[in-house]
Amino acid sequence: MSGERAEKSPRPENQTSVFVKRKRTFTLAFLAVAALFVISALVTDYNVIAGFESIPKAVVWIVKNLVPDERAWSRLPNILAKLAETALLSVAVTVCAAVCAFFFGLLGTRTTKINPWIGRGVRIVASFFRNVPDVVWAILLLFSFGQNILTGFFALFFVTFGLLTRTFIETIDEVSADCVEALQATGATYMQTVFQGIIPSSIAEIISWILYMIETNIRSSTLIGVLTATGIGYLFDLYYKRLDYGSASLVVVSIVVLVIAIELVSNQIRKVIM
Amino acid sequence: MSELAVPVTGSLSLDLHKHMKKNRGGKIKIGAQSKSGPAVKMTLLVLLGLTIFGFLTFDYKGIDFAGAVSATMNNVQVVFGQPHLKYNTLPGAMHGLLVTFALGVLSTIIGASIALFGALLCARNIANARVATLVKGFVAFIRAVPTILWVLIFAVAAGLGSVAAVVGLSFHSAAYLIKAYSESFEEMDSGTIEALKASGASYWQIVFQAVLPASISYMTAWTFLRFEINFANAIAMGAAAGAGGIGYDLFMAGSFYFDLRELGFITYIVVAAVILLEIVATKVKAKVR
Repeated sequence: MSGERAEKSPRPENQTSVFVKRKRTFTLAFLAVAALFVISALVTDYNVIAGFESIPKAVVWIVKNLVPDERAWSRLPNILAKLAETALLSVAVTVCAAVCAFFFGLLGTRTTKINPWIGRGVRIVASFFRNVPDVVWAILLLFSFGQNILTGFFALFFVTFGLLTRTFIETIDEVSADCVEALQATGATYMQTVFQGIIPSSIAEIISWILYMIETNIRSSTLIGVLTATGIGYLFDLYYKRLDYGSASLVVVSIVVLVIAIELVSNQIRKVIM
Repeated sequence: MSELAVPVTGSLSLDLHKHMKKNRGGKIKIGAQSKSGPAVKMTLLVLLGLTIFGFLTFDYKGIDFAGAVSATMNNVQVVFGQPHLKYNTLPGAMHGLLVTFALGVLSTIIGASIALFGALLCARNIANARVATLVKGFVAFIRAVPTILWVLIFAVAAGLGSVAAVVGLSFHSAAYLIKAYSESFEEMDSGTIEALKASGASYWQIVFQAVLPASISYMTAWTFLRFEINFANAIAMGAAAGAGGIGYDLFMAGSFYFDLRELGFITYIVVAAVILLEIVATKVKAKVR
């Protein structure tokens, strides 16, 4: 409406009107966000003041209680064993999901799909696995696999598979459209196109995504561990519920060290291969 | 560049020999030679090795794998094939969805507001280098702790419920968005900032007239991505940390009533909501760009 008025006005468009327009858009956006905030706070019963008050309280509590004590250090071997298991689990999940997602994704890309219907089907399947929350998979698998490492493995696998299928499809479409066309023009077979064209041109991107997913999966597996009573998440939950905060803090610190170490190694690898 | 420009027609054949690699059979090796090749191979081999080592050392507790898989298939069929509502009602589930949505909105808005200032403190092109390093380290630490642990830690101070969930989720969001925002600030053209500085613009003028307008589309895209993540996390917090919402409904259906069909119905609601969200986010992102 305001745009119409500006067009009809005899004043020629000058610089001030740009700034006024920008200011108006900014104010509208700000008001919309503020309204959304207030409505959401009402819906969830969220007390803004209590929220801000809880931060200093939590910091004081963390400094006082989340300090590894004597008892915690005696549990270190146990914690480290679970931590190693979690790290290996997230690597294994990500690698398996990546291999499956790559070959499944090939059927869904614009350049390498076999026919449009299969391509569409692949995208729908990937969207399904991506959007069903890992919590649902964890609850579902708990019925059949029980408190087993495989519960976490499959719950993470399905979500990672869905996510990586989408990203691999996008990566392949982005990176290798030209080289696929060139290879097909020279009469290369489908497998030759994949192994000589697509994999070499997109492998750096793919590794980068795999490294990112490994890091994400360590965090997700903590959550699934809390939910299904397995792995490092269970260990934290156990100490936390027993009010053994010293040991719980050692679990947190060990996860932080692991995640940051993985991040540093990943960044180093990315620097070399990209 | 200049080396390439020198004409070397005389030594062309010699050069060709130097660069042409042959294998033992005398055939010319094809395939690109690159520095990153060995690194890629090493990374893949290490990952593969860790995977195999992991599978060999996991404690499977002697599970009956075939039985478990067939039971899973059966359960999947029940969950997705015969959804119904028994303990919950459709309005109840919708309210749960609304609460989860609101949790996601709150934590994204709080996280983004903190991140806006945090990112200004740690973008290398506009901030003090020492402060930037400090903030970046602190933020990396916050990001490394899983969201669920933050929520549980805040729950001790604030009690289980929406306050702990929102503060915990916001904490992680802020750290994530500080990294994303500051990276998009760093990508901006350094000439603009220099020109504004030279013309005597103040710090806030530079921020509001150059830095924010240049990176607003990136920031919107990242914020929406984070909102999608927060929505998913809010579901998880409902299930694992008693934060309420549809996640709690999921947990009750699956782990309290043991009703797979109800779990299926709520899952369908969640999936529909997430896909709807994705469509809206794509539209908004396209508009901002």
